[in-house]
Amino acid sequence: MSAALDSLTNPEAINPSSLVVRFGPDKPLMLDCGVALTPFQIAYQTYGTLNADKSNALLICHALTGDQHVANDHPLTKKSGWWLNMIGPGKVFDTDRFFIICSNVVGACMGTTGPASPHPKGEGVWALDFPVVTIRDMVRAQAMLIDHLGIETLFCVAGGSMGGMQVLQWAASYPDRVFAAMPIATAPKHSAQNIAFHEVGRQAIMADPLWKAGHYIEAGVRPEKGLAVARMAAHITYLSEPALHRKFGRKLQDRDAPTFSFDADFEVESYLRYQGRSFVERFDANSYLYLTRAMDYFDLAADYDGVLARAFKGTKTRFCVVSFTSDWLFPTSDSRAVVHALNAAGASVSFVEVETDKGHDAFLLDEPVLTATMNGFINSAARAHGLPGARA
Amino acid sequence: MSLAPTGQNATRVDLLLVADMIEKGARVLDVGCGDGALLKTLITNRGVDARGIELSQAGVNSCVAQGLSVIQGDADTDLAAYPDDSFDYAVLSQTLQATRNPRVVLEHLLRIGRRAIVSFPNFGHWRVRTSLLFGGRMPVTENLSYAWYETPNIHFCTIRDFVDLCDTIGAQIEDGVALNGHGDKVGLKLPWAVWNLFGEQAIFVLSRRR
Repeated sequence: MSAALDSLTNPEAINPSSLVVRFGPDKPLMLDCGVALTPFQIAYQTYGTLNADKSNALLICHALTGDQHVANDHPLTKKSGWWLNMIGPGKVFDTDRFFIICSNVVGACMGTTGPASPHPKGEGVWALDFPVVTIRDMVRAQAMLIDHLGIETLFCVAGGSMGGMQVLQWAASYPDRVFAAMPIATAPKHSAQNIAFHEVGRQAIMADPLWKAGHYIEAGVRPEKGLAVARMAAHITYLSEPALHRKFGRKLQDRDAPTFSFDADFEVESYLRYQGRSFVERFDANSYLYLTRAMDYFDLAADYDGVLARAFKGTKTRFCVVSFTSDWLFPTSDSRAVVHALNAAGASVSFVEVETDKGHDAFLLDEPVLTATMNGFINSAARAHGLPGARA
Repeated sequence: MSLAPTGQNATRVDLLLVADMIEKGARVLDVGCGDGALLKTLITNRGVDARGIELSQAGVNSCVAQGLSVIQGDADTDLAAYPDDSFDYAVLSQTLQATRNPRVVLEHLLRIGRRAIVSFPNFGHWRVRTSLLFGGRMPVTENLSYAWYETPNIHFCTIRDFVDLCDTIGAQIEDGVALNGHGDKVGLKLPWAVWNLFGEQAIFVLSRRR
């Protein structure tokens, strides 16, 4: 890796300020596309303490633009962890009782190998030479990390959105290694509408002249405009009309009357522009292409002759599925399809549809019903797994 | 589905009787499990592998927060996903009259469970009859506490109606109990007509006719 490249690419992509495990040529990550990815590294964070019999490990799977900094300040944005409301002493994911692991997914840009990582052959980064990865590849990588940590069975795997897809994949690929699973605001397959939204985002990135056919890092530039537009379009899908109305309505931004220009007159415009701007500070444009692709390719039933129930045949894992009434990106019907498949497989499953107007992003927010549901499920699973109960 | 039209005490008696009909260690699906009272009783007292379906968010929340395996769902739409014979018992307590299609629901219960246990309020009870006969109004009693325009109970039946339906769909009645207004059993050997008059609610254990 040349010093010049080092200064251009995000340092977190290569030397993350978190734990990292590096796998040499003897341990490549075998990808669905047929490529053996090597060298390969996984960046991860842990919270709490692994108990002596290694039975209290809980894996959190992050969403599309999340990362391993789930409960600590983000090294780039300095903002607090994305699920800090759920993780900590006495919280749902109680760090006094559980050993919590969260790793950056393969293809991402916060330290796990992805398109912004150094190309093993040559001077630059992988860019579009990076193989296309899938949700199953992400899970396979996480399994390598869990093996590395010497953990046989995860007490629980939990996550929302793309994280929820990984939870479902974990339960299907490694049923004996998952005691409890919590797929939240997710789907067994990505819908046509969701693929369509992702394609808009990808085209926005690729239409930015600074994207330079994926080789922007070597050129010392970044397709910030394109990535920001992708984020803005996606961000709308994470909210709901009532939530946007409640938050912004038609309110004007720092002005009393429209300016008869294309300035950000409306608060909602200003908000979206801010979301776009702050996103490009921490996210790699090529990673966005790869991870959205991984979600698009996700169709769990397809690996089981189109019958979702077969993905969970004979499973001993206990499930807690949660959806949100105003989530139109991953609507309740998607979660219900999972629940029906689990019922058909005879699995132990709880399912709650939380009433909220906060849209898809509700899984990241303080929703008392979500918290109560997760608490009840985790604590009863802990009892069944011989782990201590919650503090009174 | 916490639509139980019966008063608190009557419901408790009903649940206890249902619990008594279930063998230890069985697999049970409670359709319309409310706040999980029956599931809790079955798990604690009879070591049963118990699952539930409940329509109301409050009910589901309460169940899941207690650590019960309960899904938010509807007897009319969500039973189809369960495979044949996936449970030893499929229980429907005080919910049949609130379903859109009681016959289909009952057929699903008999398909999913080796046995179905169904309890329902008897619309043939003498108090209901006298209310309509002499009052000329739809009955509103302690156990049927809704006015006609707001009741979730859209498919009331009498014990005799229910027995007829069982016959129509080929369900074998293996056991049955009728409870009077005090929650006491109406004599076992008495004819249907007596049950139909004095039973305020009834509980039947059904199986598929061979």
